[in-house]
Amino acid sequence: MEAATAPRTRSRAPVWLAGLAPLVILALAIGLFVVLDAPGLDRIGVPQEELAVERTVLEPGQIQLHVRNDGADPVEVRQVIVNDGFASFTQSEENIGRLGGAELDVSYPWIEGQSYEVSMLTSTGVTITHEIDAAVETPDADLGFYGLMALIGLYVGVIPVAIGMLWLPWVRGVDARWMRFLLAFTIGLLAFLGVDALLEGTALAGTGPESLGGAALVWLGAAAAYLLLAGVDARLGGKGAVGYRAAFLVALGIGLHNLGEGLAIGSAYAIGSLALGATLVVGFALHNTTEGLAIVAPAAREGRVRIMRLVALGVLAGAPAVLGAWVGASAFNPSLAALLFGVGAGAIARVVVQIAPQVRDGAGRLLHPLAVGGLLAGLVVMYATGLLVSV
Amino acid sequence: MSLNDSKLSRRRLLGGAAAAGATLPVLHELVPHGPLHGTGTASAAEEMARDLRSHRAADHLGAMGKVDPNVNGFDPQEILRDFDEGRLVGGVREWDVVAEEKEIEVAPGVKYLAWMYNGRIPGPTFRAREGERLRIRFTNGSQHPHTIHFHGIHRAAMDGVPGLGAGNIQPGRSTVYEFDATPFGLHLYHCHSTPLAEHIAKGLYGAFVIDPKDGRPPADELVMVMNGFDTNFDRANEVYAVNTVAFEYLHRPVQVKRGELVRIYLVNLLEFDFVNSFHVHANFFDYYPTGTRLEPRDFTDTVVLGQGERGILELRFPYTGKYMFHAHVSEFAELGWMGFFEVSD
Repeated sequence: MEAATAPRTRSRAPVWLAGLAPLVILALAIGLFVVLDAPGLDRIGVPQEELAVERTVLEPGQIQLHVRNDGADPVEVRQVIVNDGFASFTQSEENIGRLGGAELDVSYPWIEGQSYEVSMLTSTGVTITHEIDAAVETPDADLGFYGLMALIGLYVGVIPVAIGMLWLPWVRGVDARWMRFLLAFTIGLLAFLGVDALLEGTALAGTGPESLGGAALVWLGAAAAYLLLAGVDARLGGKGAVGYRAAFLVALGIGLHNLGEGLAIGSAYAIGSLALGATLVVGFALHNTTEGLAIVAPAAREGRVRIMRLVALGVLAGAPAVLGAWVGASAFNPSLAALLFGVGAGAIARVVVQIAPQVRDGAGRLLHPLAVGGLLAGLVVMYATGLLVSV
Repeated sequence: MSLNDSKLSRRRLLGGAAAAGATLPVLHELVPHGPLHGTGTASAAEEMARDLRSHRAADHLGAMGKVDPNVNGFDPQEILRDFDEGRLVGGVREWDVVAEEKEIEVAPGVKYLAWMYNGRIPGPTFRAREGERLRIRFTNGSQHPHTIHFHGIHRAAMDGVPGLGAGNIQPGRSTVYEFDATPFGLHLYHCHSTPLAEHIAKGLYGAFVIDPKDGRPPADELVMVMNGFDTNFDRANEVYAVNTVAFEYLHRPVQVKRGELVRIYLVNLLEFDFVNSFHVHANFFDYYPTGTRLEPRDFTDTVVLGQGERGILELRFPYTGKYMFHAHVSEFAELGWMGFFEVSD
C-alpha cells in the first residue's frame, strides 16, 4: 500500500500538466525552427505551384473561377489565357497562400455551348489549366432558382420515397419468411446505395484539391458517420434495431444518401450538364420508390400504423435531396461534397449492420437462401432502375 | 437506348437523362414542371445590361498590366532602332559579345529565366557593309556551353557549331569568330549548342544586317525579331512577341512619319511553332526575301515566315493614325504578337 501511493505523493504537479508538457515543448521547437529558418535544410527544387478550381461561375462576358492553392508554395496568377488568347481579369488575392482560396473574374465573351480552356499563367511561367466542357450561364441563386431546385428535390426525393412507403399495408401482411426476404432486399438496396455513394464521392474528390484530403475525405466521412451513429445508438441504450426504430435508421441513411444525390443534381444543373425533363424525373421516381419500400419493411410488424410518423420518415429520407440540390447548385464544393457522400455511405453501413440480425432465420443463419435472394434482388433492382435513369 | 456506356455513377448518368425526352407525354402534361423548362424570367433591361457586359468583354486587347523596361534592363522601343556597327580596328569591324543568364519579364508579371547575348533579347543587331572583315570576340559568361552561329558565307571553323573550330565555348571561356560580310541581306545569328531548340528558345539570337556596297535608300529603319517564350517548358510557347515583350507596341505604338519610307528588318526566331507571319493593316509593303536582291519579290500586306526565315519590308504610310500590325496567326497575335504603328505628320 505504501509503495503504491508513494509516487503519487512525490509528484505535486497535476496529471494534465504532464500531458501538456510535450505539446508545449513541440510548440517551442516549431517556433525556434521557424525563427531560425529551418537550419540545415536548404530548399531544393523549383516552386510547386498548383491550383484546384473548386467552382466555375459563368455570366455573360465573364468567367469566374474559385480556386484553391493545392500545392506547397504560394501561387501568383499574373495572366489568364482563354483559348489561346490573353484575357483581362481581376483577382481577390494577388498571392494565394498554401490552402488559400481566391476568386478570379475573367472578362471573356464566351459563347453558350462551346468549350473553353482557361490557363492561369503564374509569375514563374507555369500554366494551370482548367477546362470548361460546355459553357452555360450559371443560374442566378434567386427565389425562382431555389424553387426549381426544391421542385427537383421533391420529384427525385420526397415523392418517390412517399410512393414507395405505400407498400406498408402489403408488407404488414407477409409472413415471417418473406419478411426476412424483404429485409434482405432492403439491405441489398442499401448496399448498392452505399457503394454508389463511395464511388461517387471518390470521383468528386478527384475534381477537388488534393491538399484538403481528396478521396480520404470520403472514407473519413464514412467512418465518422458510422461511429457517430453507433455512439448515438449506444447512448440510447439500443439493442439492435427493430420496428420504427429500424425504419428511422433506414430513413436517416437514405436521407443522407439523397443529400449527396441532391448535391450531384444541383451541381450538374449549375454547370449546365443536367438535362432536365420528364425522363429524368420518371427514372428517379422508379429508382427511388424502392427506397420507400426499404423504409417501411422494418416497420411492418409494428402494431399500429402511425401516419404522422410515416410522413416524418418520408420527409427524413427524401427532403435532404432538396437541401442537397440547393447547396449543390449555389455553393458547390467538391471537398465538402466528397465528405457528405462519405457520411451517407457510413450511415448506410451502420444501418445495414443494425438491420442484419433480423434477417436470421429460425436456425440462426444469416445467408440462408431467401436472404441471399433478397440481397441479390435488392442489388439487381437498384442496378436496373439505375439504368432507367441513364436512358 | 444503348446501355453500353451505362455506368453505376448516377451523376454521370444524369447528363444524358433527357435524351429520350419524348416519352410519356401524358405525364408531361399532368405534372407541374414549368420551371424545369427555363430559368425564370429576366426583364428586358436586365437582358440588355447583360448583353452589353458580354459584348464589352470582346473589346479587350492585350494582357493585364505592362512590363517596365527597367526591370528587364532593355527596352524594346530602343531595340527597334538600335543598330550595332561595332568598332573599326585596323580595317576590321569588331564586336564584343557576352552570353549571360538573367531573369526577365516576358509578359506583365510573368518571369522567365532567359539566356541572352549582351544583356538583351534579341541580342545586338550587328550591322556591316558587304565585303568588310568582321571579328566577334565571344565570351561565355553563363553556366552552360554556348556558341554563336552566324548565317552567311564563311569557312567551317567559323561556323559556331559544336565539334567544328572552337566548338562549344565552355562557361568562362572565350573565342573569336572572324569572317567576311557576305552576302548582303538580312541574316541572323544564334547559339548552336545542343539541345538546339532550348538554346535558341531561351533567347540566344539576334539580327545580322549586311548592307549592300552602295547601301539602300535612306529610310526610318526598324528591327523586328519575332520570338516567343515557353514559360512552362512544354515545348510550346505561352507568350509571343516582337522583340521579346508581349504587347509592347500595343501599349507604346511604333512612332513613324507620314509619307516617310519605313524599312523593317523582320526576322523569325520563333521556336516550337513552324510558321510565323507579319501582317500590317491598311497598307501594303514591298517585300525583299532575305534582303539579298535589290528588287522586291512581292507587294503585299502579309508574309509568312518559317523558322529562321527573314526579309526586308519597305512601306510608306499615306495617312496619319494608328495602324495595327500583328502575326496573322491569330493565336500568336492574341498571345502577345500584336502592336500598332502610330503615324503622325
